[in-house]
Amino acid sequence: MNYSIILGIAKTHLISRLKQSAIAALGVTFGIGTFITLVSFMTGLNGLLDGLILNRTPHVHLYNEIKISEKQPIDFIAQPEKELSVIRSIRPKFNQLRIHNALPILEYLNKDKRVKGAIPQITVQVFYKAGSVNLNGILNGIKPLEEDRLFSLGDYIIKGEAQLLKNTPSGIIIGAGIADKLKLDMGDRVYLTAPNGGLFQLKIVGLYQSGLAEIDDIQSFVNVKMAQRIVGQSDNYITDINIKLYDLEESVPMAKQLSQQFNISARDIKAANAQFETGTSIRNIITYAVSVTLLIVAGFGIYNILNMLIYEKMNDIAILKATGFSGKDVQQIFISQAMIIGVLGGILGLGVGFFLSVLISHTPFETDALPTIKTFPVNFNPAYYVIGILFALVATFLAGYLPSRRARDLDPVEIIRGQ
Amino acid sequence: MGKDIVLKANNINKYFREPTLFHVLKDISFEIETGEFVSIMGKSGCGKSTLLYILSTMDTDYEGQLLLSGDDLSLKTADELAYIRNRDIGFIFQFHYLLQEFTVLENVMLPAKKLGIKSLQEIEHDAMEKLRLLGIADQAKKLSMRISGGQKQRVAIARALINSPSIIMGDEPTGNLDSKNSQNVFSILKELSQEEKLSLLVVTHDLDFAKKTNRIIEMADGRVV
Repeated sequence: MNYSIILGIAKTHLISRLKQSAIAALGVTFGIGTFITLVSFMTGLNGLLDGLILNRTPHVHLYNEIKISEKQPIDFIAQPEKELSVIRSIRPKFNQLRIHNALPILEYLNKDKRVKGAIPQITVQVFYKAGSVNLNGILNGIKPLEEDRLFSLGDYIIKGEAQLLKNTPSGIIIGAGIADKLKLDMGDRVYLTAPNGGLFQLKIVGLYQSGLAEIDDIQSFVNVKMAQRIVGQSDNYITDINIKLYDLEESVPMAKQLSQQFNISARDIKAANAQFETGTSIRNIITYAVSVTLLIVAGFGIYNILNMLIYEKMNDIAILKATGFSGKDVQQIFISQAMIIGVLGGILGLGVGFFLSVLISHTPFETDALPTIKTFPVNFNPAYYVIGILFALVATFLAGYLPSRRARDLDPVEIIRGQ
Repeated sequence: MGKDIVLKANNINKYFREPTLFHVLKDISFEIETGEFVSIMGKSGCGKSTLLYILSTMDTDYEGQLLLSGDDLSLKTADELAYIRNRDIGFIFQFHYLLQEFTVLENVMLPAKKLGIKSLQEIEHDAMEKLRLLGIADQAKKLSMRISGGQKQRVAIARALINSPSIIMGDEPTGNLDSKNSQNVFSILKELSQEEKLSLLVVTHDLDFAKKTNRIIEMADGRVV
């Protein structure tokens, strides 16, 4: 009952000053609308840019690295605390490229609860042959469907598809750069020279474009089996294991653990792409800083208008207090006005933000880097709408609360006497 | 104290602290019986308005005791006082003091809505009744800023009556009106006091007005003379 009277008074105050109220509400609308648009667009772009690298980078990459033995032969006989050993001209130890016991490791990893998927890969150095020309290249033996599921291979295949490679044992998805140089297209045949001299003829079932020219100029994909045939090795020849985790944060401890457990080199995604996280967080900070500034400006608008309103309504406040409304009631009247402005302006702002986001998401955006993207990326995450409306409520509450305290503490006697 | 005493002031003292310490009210004591029409008279600056604000519970910065229907008001909290003002005290000011953007009817209904005892229909019915009693029922749906000064003062009286208070207080209720309207308002108040047994306490410096009331409390230099 009490609250309905207070709301009724607040409403009458607002309606009798429709223009001012509308301007205050539009301030909030503008603030929230811009916040939603900005955040949706920026995080959409962030996701795109991150995805560009992060999606196809394994969270943990296992491989055998050519490196110097940490313990040199002399260390087995020398006593470091007493003697100083000097070795000149150290050479790296000969090391097989293949991962020892790769298949059991894969099986073990795929049972791990943290792992979304672990898939084998075989990297082979080859030459693409066209007449007398030999083009240097790298061939990746993959499991096409798994690769698509975990590392979005399909997003970068501009012609053909991953399924087609799986169905064609002697198929190849060839880098767009090579295809361009060799004037090859879907269905054509390409000749490869293996490291051991063997010549292979493969059928092109797809074109791959990552957007990075130096990759597109050398990289192609074949099935695991085909790659093993090309290097002339058996089923257990696997040079790399790519692991995708559920939680990216686990990658560092996981890499350390696997490296010790299997005596193998393990590189986590953070070491591989440290700069991306920095870029993302800085872009986020800028987005939030701009949005919060806009909302604060809108808050000041409300604060101003309410302050003025209370000045004009001194008489009303005195009457209300004289006829039995407590200071708290009067304060609630003015806070209600601020909140009504905040809620209406905020909801309208969400609408405006959504509309602008939709508009942006339909704006054409074509780039070589992302062959499957045709329009600007926009992130329609409901969380931003929740944050937006919450911020509108908090900001307008504060903007209303401060001046309303003056109305609460106003002494009616002073006003009545002043007349 | 007798049952029929509605308002009782005991040794009320009041000081203004700004700009210098000033003793405004000195040992004010008096009683008002139920149904009595009392006026407080005195030169301007003698503290009669200040006294009224204390009696009306709006000013709580005083020493002494104030009893409304036997209830000690000097011990109440601000919220309790607001409730008492709402339920037991009706107010009429010199400058009408209506909420400008509300209709006449809404102005009259507001204190009853705040009290929240009756249903909305009952309140509206009562408010129309009061307006009819004061002869301005035809103005009920108008915005209160669109009616004349005399009408506004009558609306203010209707608003003071809406919760059937124990006492109605007026601060120069006719001070801002021409003689015809002033006469009109007075006769309304007089009628209410006689027919409805309403207690009335009115501050005025209009001698003609005061003479027609039951009793005059005269003040000079902060004392009752």
